Parts: sequence; C-alpha cells; structure tokens
Amino acid sequence: MQHYSGFGLVKHGLSHHENWQRMWRNPAPKSEYDIIVVGGGGHGLATAYYLAKVHGITNIAVIEKGWLGGGNTARNTTIVRSNYLWDEAAWLYEHAMKLWEGLSQDLNYNVMFSQRGVMNLGHTLQDMRDIHRRVNANRLNGIDGEVLDVSQIQAIVPHMDCSANRRYPVLGASWQPRAGVARHDAVAWGFARGADSLGVDLLQQTEVTGFRISGGKVLGVETNRGFIGGKTIGVVTAGNSGVLAKMAGFKLPVESHPLQALVSEPLKPILDTVVMSNHVHGYVSQSDKGDLVIGAGIDGYTGYGQRGSYPTIEHTLQAIIELFPIFSRVRMNRQWGGIVDTTADACPIISATPVGGLFFNCGWGTGGFKATPGSGHVFAATLAAGKAHPLAAPFTIDRFVSGKLIDEHGAAGVAH
Amino acid sequence: MLHIYCPHCDEHREEEEFRPKGEAHIARPTEPEKTSDEDWGNYLFFRKNPRGLHHEQWFHAAGCRKFFNVTRDTVTYEILETYKVGQQPAVTAESRKRQASDQGAAK
Amino acid sequence: MSQRNRLGAGGRIDRKRPLRFTFNGVSYQGYAGDTLASALMANGVDVLNRSFKYARPRGLVTAGADEPNAIVQLGASEAGQVPNVRATQQALYEGLVAKSTNGWPNVDRDLMGVIGKLGGQFMPPGFYYKTFMSPASAWPKYEQYIRKAAGLGRSPIENDPDIYDHMNHHCDVLVVGAGPAGLAAALAAGRSGARVIVCDEQEEMGGSLLDSREQIDGKPATEWVAAVLAELAALPDVLVLPRTTANGYHDHNFVTLHQRRTEHLADVAPAADGRRQVRARMHKVRAGRVVLATGTHERPLVYARNDVPGNLVAGAVSTYIRRFGVIPGQRLVLSTSNDHAYRAALDWHDAGREVVAIVDARERPDGDLVAAARSRNIRIITGSAVIEALGKKRVSAAIVGAIDIDGFSVKGSTQELACDTIASSGGYSPVVHLAAHTGRRPVWREDILGFVSGGVPGQIPAGGVAGRWSLADALGDGFESGARAAAEAGLSTRSFTPPTVAPVREGKPVALYQVPHTKPTMRAPKQFVDQQNDVTAAGIELATREGFESIEHVKRYTGLGFGTDQGKLGNINGMAIAARVTGQTIPDTGTTVFRPNYTPITFGAIAGRHCDEFFDPRRYTALQGWHVERGAKFEEVGQWMRPWYFPQGKESMHDAVQRECSAVRERVGILDASTLGKIEIQGKDAREFLNRLYTNAWTKLEPGKCRYGLMCKDDGMVMDDGVTACLAENHFHMTTTTGGAAGVLDWMELWHQTEWPELEVYFNSTTDHWAAMTITGPNARKLLAELTDIDMSNEAFAYMDCREAKVAGVPARIFRISFTGELSFEVNVQANYAMHVWKALFEQGDKHGLTPYGTETMHVLRAEKGFIIIGQETDGSVTPEDLGMQWCVGYKKPYSWIGRRALSRPDTKRSDRKQLVGLKPLDPQLVLQEGAQIVLEKEIRIPMPMVGHVTSSYFSPTLGHGFALALLKGGSQRIGQTVFLPMADGKVHAAEVVSPVFYDPQGARQHV
Repeated sequence: MQHYSGFGLVKHGLSHHENWQRMWRNPAPKSEYDIIVVGGGGHGLATAYYLAKVHGITNIAVIEKGWLGGGNTARNTTIVRSNYLWDEAAWLYEHAMKLWEGLSQDLNYNVMFSQRGVMNLGHTLQDMRDIHRRVNANRLNGIDGEVLDVSQIQAIVPHMDCSANRRYPVLGASWQPRAGVARHDAVAWGFARGADSLGVDLLQQTEVTGFRISGGKVLGVETNRGFIGGKTIGVVTAGNSGVLAKMAGFKLPVESHPLQALVSEPLKPILDTVVMSNHVHGYVSQSDKGDLVIGAGIDGYTGYGQRGSYPTIEHTLQAIIELFPIFSRVRMNRQWGGIVDTTADACPIISATPVGGLFFNCGWGTGGFKATPGSGHVFAATLAAGKAHPLAAPFTIDRFVSGKLIDEHGAAGVAH
Repeated sequence: MLHIYCPHCDEHREEEEFRPKGEAHIARPTEPEKTSDEDWGNYLFFRKNPRGLHHEQWFHAAGCRKFFNVTRDTVTYEILETYKVGQQPAVTAESRKRQASDQGAAK
Repeated sequence: MSQRNRLGAGGRIDRKRPLRFTFNGVSYQGYAGDTLASALMANGVDVLNRSFKYARPRGLVTAGADEPNAIVQLGASEAGQVPNVRATQQALYEGLVAKSTNGWPNVDRDLMGVIGKLGGQFMPPGFYYKTFMSPASAWPKYEQYIRKAAGLGRSPIENDPDIYDHMNHHCDVLVVGAGPAGLAAALAAGRSGARVIVCDEQEEMGGSLLDSREQIDGKPATEWVAAVLAELAALPDVLVLPRTTANGYHDHNFVTLHQRRTEHLADVAPAADGRRQVRARMHKVRAGRVVLATGTHERPLVYARNDVPGNLVAGAVSTYIRRFGVIPGQRLVLSTSNDHAYRAALDWHDAGREVVAIVDARERPDGDLVAAARSRNIRIITGSAVIEALGKKRVSAAIVGAIDIDGFSVKGSTQELACDTIASSGGYSPVVHLAAHTGRRPVWREDILGFVSGGVPGQIPAGGVAGRWSLADALGDGFESGARAAAEAGLSTRSFTPPTVAPVREGKPVALYQVPHTKPTMRAPKQFVDQQNDVTAAGIELATREGFESIEHVKRYTGLGFGTDQGKLGNINGMAIAARVTGQTIPDTGTTVFRPNYTPITFGAIAGRHCDEFFDPRRYTALQGWHVERGAKFEEVGQWMRPWYFPQGKESMHDAVQRECSAVRERVGILDASTLGKIEIQGKDAREFLNRLYTNAWTKLEPGKCRYGLMCKDDGMVMDDGVTACLAENHFHMTTTTGGAAGVLDWMELWHQTEWPELEVYFNSTTDHWAAMTITGPNARKLLAELTDIDMSNEAFAYMDCREAKVAGVPARIFRISFTGELSFEVNVQANYAMHVWKALFEQGDKHGLTPYGTETMHVLRAEKGFIIIGQETDGSVTPEDLGMQWCVGYKKPYSWIGRRALSRPDTKRSDRKQLVGLKPLDPQLVLQEGAQIVLEKEIRIPMPMVGHVTSSYFSPTLGHGFALALLKGGSQRIGQTVFLPMADGKVHAAEVVSPVFYDPQGARQHV
C-alpha cells in the first residue's frame, strides 16, 4: 500500500500526480472464500478490514452490488457520538468511539474525525429529566458528558436563539465533547483501501441474488457473476437487509424507511458544533466545506426509493429556524434520502440467524454511521469465532422473542 | 409527497392528511395465551418489509378517521390500489407476475 | 465610472431608469431591467470572485441559473444579508449592495491566491485524506485552518425581518418554463379551459425568445411573447407566475414552485400599501399533468485555463448583447462544436465589435448560421479548438490548434489569437433535473449528445428538454404537449395552427467535451470542469486512476457537481471525461443523481409561516386568562400551556409549591385539569372494548362509578392511564394523559377498525369540549356543596362515584376521584362555562382557603401517594407489574387483552426487573436529582453497574423531607436497603429504599 503523508503529496505534486496508485484493486471473484461479507458500505468494509487485521483472515470477499460506500455511508449526516442511555448500547457505541479516535492513523487515511462536540437540547422539564438520566448513566459508564445550562450553551453556540421568547425555549442540554463528525465517504474509502491492502477482494458491481443453503447451513452466494462459495457469510446491507433475509428464507424484525437529510449552500463558519433537538425535531452541524448539514427523523412509510416526502423537509427546516432564526435567509442546496432499517427498540441486530454460518449485522436505523468502526470490529470477531463478541451479544434477533429489548427510543427519539 | 385515494372518502387527498401504519393483514393470534413466544414475537416485530409491492395500512387521521389498505410499490412509490379493511388486494406480487407473463405470451 | 461595455442601443433595459448600486464598496450605475451580472459587465468589472480551493480570479461564465462563479453576498444591513446570490439571477434595484464572497484583502489582490498558485500543485482531489494525520493531536489545528477557507457567503447574524408563505394549488396542467415550448403549451392548455399554472424562473417570461435572432409570424419573437402573455393573462383559469422556480419535483406530480416576490425590489421586503409583503412564496402544486419545458443548458468546452475572466459560454454572450445591451469585451474568439453557437459571433459582429475568429471543431461546418458568418467575412478556423486561454485577470489571447478528437490530441503547431473574450460551446444539455428528482434515471441520446428524461408518469417533456431544438420544433412540440396534457386531464381541445417560423438549417454537431492540449492532461495547465469547486479534468483523471471509477465516486472524490450550481455547467463534461479515461461510453458511465433543489431555496421559504409562534400551535385551556391574571408560571406539556405554579409576590418556586401543597393537604386547592384527554365511548359493546383495551376488568363497573385503568401496548409495556367513568350501561367517559390523548384515540380506532370490527362501539374526542377542575383537600366537599344541586355526602356520593349535577347553575359531570390522596372532586363543565364556574368557586372559596395550584404541586402530591406519571415513571420499557400495579391487571379476564400475552415472555416475567420504589434520602433536607442513577456501592469506580434511576423527586412539606420515586432493579426485594446516587460533582448521596407510597398508605383521606 502506498503510504500517505504530506511529504508524499509534495513528491507526487512535483511528478504531476502521475504516480498515485489505485486505492484498491478490481479483482475477479474467486470460487471460494473463507468469509464473505455481503455489503460494501462502511460497516461491511470495516468488518473485512478488522477480520484481516485483527483476526488474520484474509481470504475474504466483500460483495457490493453497486459502488463502495454507496448506500447510507454516502447519505448520512456524519454525526458520531456515544452518549446512549442503556449500558448495552452505550458500550457498543463507546467501543466505536474509541476506534474512531485513532482511525485516521490506523488506516493511514484521514477520515477527518472532528471532535467538535455534540449538544442534545432539552426544551421541557421531562427533556431535562431524561438528559440528566442519560448523562449520569454515561458518566458511570466512563463516557464523557455533562449537562449544560442556557448560559453555557450560549457560550458554545453563540448564534442559537436561547431566549425565552421562542416557541420551545431551550432549558438546557447534554454535551459530549468527544463526539463530533467525520468525513463519511472517506471512512468507506479508508476501510476499503486498508482491507484491500491486506488481501481482501472488494467485488463491486456484484449483486447477490440468492444464498445456497444445504442442511440448514450456508454454502455460498449466487451472484450476477456466478456462484461464490463461503461457509461463513456476514450480511451488512442496511436498508436492504430484509431483502437479503427473504432470500435466505426468514424474516427480520426490521422495516426500511426513508431518512432524509439536506445541506445548505456553503457558508463562512458560523456553527462550530453539532446541535440536536429531539423536541423540535431537527439537528444541524456545519461541515468543513461550510455547508450546514441538517436532518431529522424518518419518514413513516416503508420506502426503498432513497427519497421521502416533502413535508418532512418542511418540518425539519421549521425546526432549524426555531433554533436558529438567523438561518431563515440561508438557502437549502440539496436534499436526499437514505434507506434505514429500523427496529422496534432503535438498536441494531448483530446476530446469528436460523441459517448456520449466516450472520446479519443490521437494524442500525438512523444511527449506523457513528458505529461504523465498532460495528465492523465486533462483527469481525463474531464471524471469526462463529459466535457473538461480548459487546454484540445483547443484540441478537432473539431479543424480539424474549422481550429483552434495549429501548433507546425513550431517550433518543431522533437517534443520530 | 404521496397522493392517496381514500376508499372511504372516495377522493384523492394529500399525504399530510394520512398516517402510515405499517404492514397490512397482520392477524393478531386468535388465542394469544396458546401462542408460542416465537409466534408472538413474530406477530409483534417481524415484518415482510418488501422491496417492491407492499400491502400497507394507512389511517386517514385528518380526514374521515378510517383505516384502510394501500398497495404501493416501495421503490417507485406508485400506488396501485387502495381498499378497505377486511378486503383483499387485487394487485399482488403473484398477479403482477401473471400479468407480466401474459403480456410476454401476447407478444 | 461609465458603463464602458454598454452598447449604444438595444436590449430589454430601460435606459431612462438608471439605478445606483455598489459592488465591493465601489458605486456603479446600471439600468432597470439589468441583472446584477449584466450591470457589472456593463461597468467592466471582470473579477467577481475568487475560487474556493485555489483562490483563482473568476468572472462571469453564464447569464443564468448555471452560473458557477458570480456568487455574491447581498445586503445593505445586517438583517438584510443574503448569502450566495447568483448575480446572473439577481435583478438590479436602486441601492443594491453586493460583495464578493471570497478574496482577502480583496477580490483583486487576494493573498490566498498566492497560496493557491504555489500550493495548487500539491492539492489534488482528496489531498486532505492523505495528510494532516500526524501527529494525531495536531488535526484539530489543521482543521481550524481548513475551516477558515470554508464557505462562500455568510449567514446574517440578526433574525430575518421578512416573512414567507405557502399556497396550495391543484391544477390540470402545470407548465414549467415559459420559453417557446412552455408558452405554446400554456396557451394550448389554457385555451381548452384547463386550470393551468405556468411558471418561469427569470425576471421576464419568454426564455430563449428574449434574445432570439429569429422571427415568429414575420415579427420579432418578443412580440409573439407579449401577445401570448396578454392572452394567458386574460384566461380566467390560467395563473402566470414569473420569477418562479420549480425547485423540486416530488412523487405523484407534486411540484414546489418558489416565487421571489420582492427580491427584485430590495434585500428586505419593502412595505406595499402600508403592509408587510411576503418576501417569497412557495406554491405547492399537485398537478394533473406537468409539461416540462425547461429548455437546455449550454456546455462550455473544457480547455486549459478556461476559468480566466473573459471565458464565457457562447449563448451567454448573445444574452448579454441582445437582452441587456451589454457586451463582454472588444475582441471575441468563439470555440464551438456546433452551429447554434455561431449566434454569439453574429451578435458580436452585429454589435459592431471585432470577431477575431470562429474556431470550429468540425472539418466542414455548413449550416445557415455558418453561411451568415461567412457572409460577414468572419474568419472561420475549422477542425480546431481553443486549447488554452492566456491572461491573468482577463483573457489576453486564445491559443488555437487543430485537434484530432478521436485520438484526443493536438495536430501540428498552434497559433495565438489576441482577444479579450473567449466564448465556447460544446453542445446543449437538456435541463432534465425535474424529470429525475423522483428517481428516474435520464437516458442518453447520441443524436443530440445529451441526456433526456427517462419518463415520469404524468409528465410531458416539450421543446428543448426533449431534444427538439429548432424554434419551429419547440413551438410545435409546445402546442402539441399542452393540448395533450389538457386532453389527458379530461378537457376537449381544439387544434391549432402553430405560428410560422422560417426554418434555420443547422449542421450536425460533433461530440467534444474536454479539448486536447499539447501536453497530457496531468501536465497541462488546469482545465476546469466545475469552476465553483475547482474540479479539473486532471482531477477526474487522477480519481479514476486511484480506483474511483463509478461516476458517483468521481463526484464524491473530486467534488464535481457539489457546488451551488449543482453541476449544471460541468456535470456532463465531467462524466464525458470520466467515460473517456475509463474507456467507457457516456451512457455506461451514467449520471449522478439529480436531487432537489433545482436552484437553492431559502430555509424561510420552505418553512413558510410555521415559525415563531406558529411553529407549533400553543393550546390553552378556557381558564388561561385567569391564570395569566394571577401571575401563573407555565409549563409546556405537549402543545398545552399548563400553569406550573402560582407565585405570590416575589415568592420563589419552592416556596410557592410548599404553600400550594400545604393548602391542599390542610384546606382546599384547585387545579385546572382541562388538558387531560377525554374520550366519549358509546355503544353496546363499549364495556367489552374497555375490557380488551385496559389491563383491568370493566365488566362489573356500574353506571355512576369510576375506575382507574392502565393501558399497555401489545408488547406488554405501559402506554397510558386514566380514569374512566360509566355514565350509563353503554356510555363511558374516558380520560387519558394530556400528552397521550390523540394517540390513545388513534389506538382505539386502530383496534376497533382493524381487529374487532364486530364490536359496536363509537369514540369521540371531547378534550376541548369539557373544562375540568380538580377541587381537592379536606374542605373540598364543603366548598362544592355550596354550589351544587345534589347531595354531596359521603354516603350519597362516595369515593370513585360520578354524578351529573349542576355546578354554579350549569350542567356538570363530577367525578369523585383523587390524584392527591385527599378528598377530591373533578368537576367537568362545558368549556365555555368554565370561567363562570371557576370564578363562582373562588367567590365561595375564600372562606375555605381555596388556593389555585399548578402542575408542580400536583406532581408533589401525587408522588407522595406513589401515583405514577406516564412518561416520567414509564419510558416504554415498564410493565404494570414493574410499577407494582398487579392490582390493576386482570389475569382472569376471558379475552386476552392488549399486552397480556407479552407479560409472560421470558424477559417480562423476570423477578429482577426494574421496579417502582420510593427513596428516602438519608439527609432529610436533600432533594435527589431527577435522573440520578442508582448504584449499590458507595465507592465509585468507572465503569460501574447501575441498578436504576430516580424518576421523580421533590421536597415534601407534609413529610418534612425530600423523597423520590425510582425504578430499581429487583426493587421490591430491596425495601429497607441503602442505595447510592453518585453525582457529577463527585458527591455520593445515600438513600433508603422504601415503599413508593409515602403518605396515607391506607388511603383513608380520600374516602372521608
């Protein structure tokens, strides 16, 4: 792998950038792999990377029907935080956070992880009870966090209207300083480059059309490029997980919904942190390019169209103006949608399935991006060992039968 | 934004008047206490979640307050029919397949 | 300064109305009818901005929505600031103030430009992914510098003084675009009697006809435009919307039209007739049919240093000359792949300035326009192209060479032509954005070298967007499409004879996107594809070399098309370059996805009036006026404003609540409980319905009796609670939580309509119909007895009874229920009588010590009794048994009610679940923090197992100490134990686990 550095940039600049190597190969599929990862998004690529790096398994294929990182990795609002309420979720996301903190160096690829802090606003007395509850839990779980009063909020976000004359005045906030944003596409590319360099075959434009299953065990996948053998298969296909599960003959406790987001035109820096409000239902940060990156909740219907309904965008911007009336004259440049697979408890599924050797990592709903390295890390361990990594263990499909849900809805209505 | 025909109002109305309520035709087990944990879990949480033709329930919340069913393509968002609770869809994945093969034969 | 590039005559400007404006602090003059861009051009202002990444000087490239460079900051005042205005789309008005968005200390001498020049070589696409990684701790510093370079314009930092609104429409035919095809379509549809909306984004309608050289019916095209607009204005069902951009195309022909209503007048909407005007209006249109007549965008050619000011697309040159009477310079070189662009040279020549040469990539151009150029003795250099522009802040010359398009090379030697303007044209791209917003991929047409619509149901592309480019074709297609749209909407249409247009024969264009250079792309001077994002042909080539082969990867790696012009100018060129270097065809490479907005739209316009007090309507009870008068502080509960407490004088909240609590426990208090949800339930199966809906039994509840009920979802988790009264055998009055009212009613409808349609039962929300007041305390009976006409004795009106009676002379439903643990009556009267009754109670109440109290006191009093609040003691993960409410669960009911089955799942029957307990802090003065986490050990180590949390916590004046409710793991087994609550400040509080019922555990007081 070509090492990246500032020195390298200068060197390549002087040779007109004619000697940069490919970041990943474009290999032909082998007939059989030790492990197949279906889905070349951030989570799938991270899974392959950690399988190769941590577990030394390199005879791996990542099968992607389109282009690498082309699903929700390319469509999210890039927020990274770990201030979840329940232990199981908090540990999983904090595991991811720790990996984020060294990721650029580990991958030798700058994913621009920017710990500019995430603020979750409270507008009602119950919001504030929930904020205290969550921040107290975070602290005892070793996750940074504090509760801010209005003057502290105003000092961090001077241009937000924290006055009492808003419709829903800000009463306080939780604040996680280590949280922030990352450059979403770069995360996929960095993992892809890292995995490729360790020998992983990244098979783009390769679509899984079915699973070959015998005696309750998976033998491989049928694809548009023919059969590819693999007795351990991890499916990490986010919004399309239900479709893949159907191919394997079972249903999942997930529903795929459109999740919309939007950006403004690029503006000179005016917002230094991530501001989220569940109560007025919107969140906003400003990218390094100057765009305000804005989102809210999912659309209510099942949708694979990578677009949602216009009223969602209207409500989202109404919420942003409620928080930042000054942004009223700013323009929205572009909106888009992803397909998120949501579960009843707003927590993921990292689990064995009724088919032997076939594992699913899905159900991340609106919270997938922030978990990318952690999800890949624990799923890699799960695939390598054939049984759940301890941090993944609570996130079985079985919990929807036993009732042992990890309900993050209560504390994270809009969970990003 | 979807334009939805309410079979009770006999009119097309804007999506904002309605609320989506998820997969249609999910029958609550008639004898819950004799239903296994697994089947009860299935009823509560497991969904078809199809990519393509979907039969789903909608609620005319800001209109006639009636629930009804919609057959909609979850990729194109085209609505193929709406029908009342208790009725069965005329457009199904099977009927579409038949139609496609009939057309193929006609050609 | 004089308008040195203003032509002596011509253009659709009003030379009698000069307008003053300032740009970068310098005062200039233009005319009414100018855009800011045309006025700046008239004044010879070449450098309008600096580029984003390399800080290169940039000038005008186009005359419309596709402009990448002329992005300015508008606004004379702070509140009136408008970031990122395209000068090409901003009408000039008197006193306009604009600035460049980049450039320090100014746009002419930009220090960043020095860095861009020196460092540009080391900033290939994605360079930041490859560096700034070591040491890791330095990244925040690096990022600070990266962020400094971010953005174009700036947000105002004062609140927007303007308002925006929305208007909903249904129409038979929506016509987007009012050029030849659009106007013809609107006319054809309008004449049929269809309800028609026609919109166009420009200041003036007419599109390409406004700068056309052609004639319609033997007259200038603009006369036909005027006649059509006059006829459309006279048609009753036709709405003509100028300055209106169709910015988003959504499912089922839902189109949003953004109308700029005052932006051509001032930066802050001026008053009209003494009234505020709406700055912009969003028309939300549900259209039967949409005629898409959005025309084309011209593609510039991609050659070296094509970003130096003075490089324009050819059509823009014609637009500036013919429409605005302004000419970009003195000496023109035109580089083209097609006939149509010859118009620029003809217009230039006819304006009396020198056309140095037309450089045509084709070997043998031969159309009518070519002949016209030849007849003017304009030099035409064939088989060639401009391969490089010279000049720093303005073009000084064009380097021209013969090119081999297929071999992608320059043949032989090159020549330098001195000039100050280079116009280029690489063909025309249909504006298919609105045909692609709903997910349809555009389809490549090799015959027109452009993508056309992939077909959207209910949408008819007409004219240029459909690849019909001659004026005659566009008009004919417009009439046909308008008539077809009306017919499909069910109207009968007449046939028309389209107006006559002299045919113009145009030769076949050649496919040329990136022009070859004498040096390979990686070594040639920068050839810009997307000027706003500084994306070059070399950058695209490098991206593909590094493995970014999908066009989506190319876009994301290089930034192609991410600017505010959304790639209108550069995307097709970029795709063509990616296709060439990867050895694919353009259709195989495909387009990236077009997304709304077509052009950027203000947040304000999208939000409309739903801001400030209209963001979410506030709901008030019928007694609001009284509460305000009494100085109540309010709490938001759902949408409702509820009195939180009633301070007297300068009383603190704590003191007020202590006083209110004592008043209730010792005398009598009154609470406005009107916000509780109320649902009227009737029908012969109403009782059975309640049996299935609630966890407890309703079979034996007699008329005149009330019962508390708990509702679960079918997963067994508590969702709502409240008291329901039996008014008659088949008639019930249900109450719900304030926040849950609407949801519970929907829930009931869901179960009734979809699961139990055989039950005869009807529901109706009566929340707003009844005002409710809780009169509670030892003196409650005495007070109420003075105002009612019924026997209020304990024998006649027992605890949990309900009665219909008159209170203060008006009909009332009185429920003897208690949420405080005291003797209580909840009086419900018709909301419009509420104030009368409330005041009557206070008239009699003084002598009984009647005290109004708010939600905070309500919370303290109910918590002393261990009564739960849904959403505070519950969070969607709590079962009835977790709350210790087994008494409220009817396991013997025959029907398996909602939630019952789930309670026997393995996890819900665990004995160590979190259960509701009371906590008594060891320090009696301490009030625990609501939300405090509970641990079992005093020594804090992180991470530490948590066993529960405080849900409610108050100081009780009645008990004389602080107390709390909590959910605690295995809580029912821990009564008497001490638990610990570690706080953020390092303190660890200790509390004893006790019963959640702190006060009157036998419930004697409510029964008196």
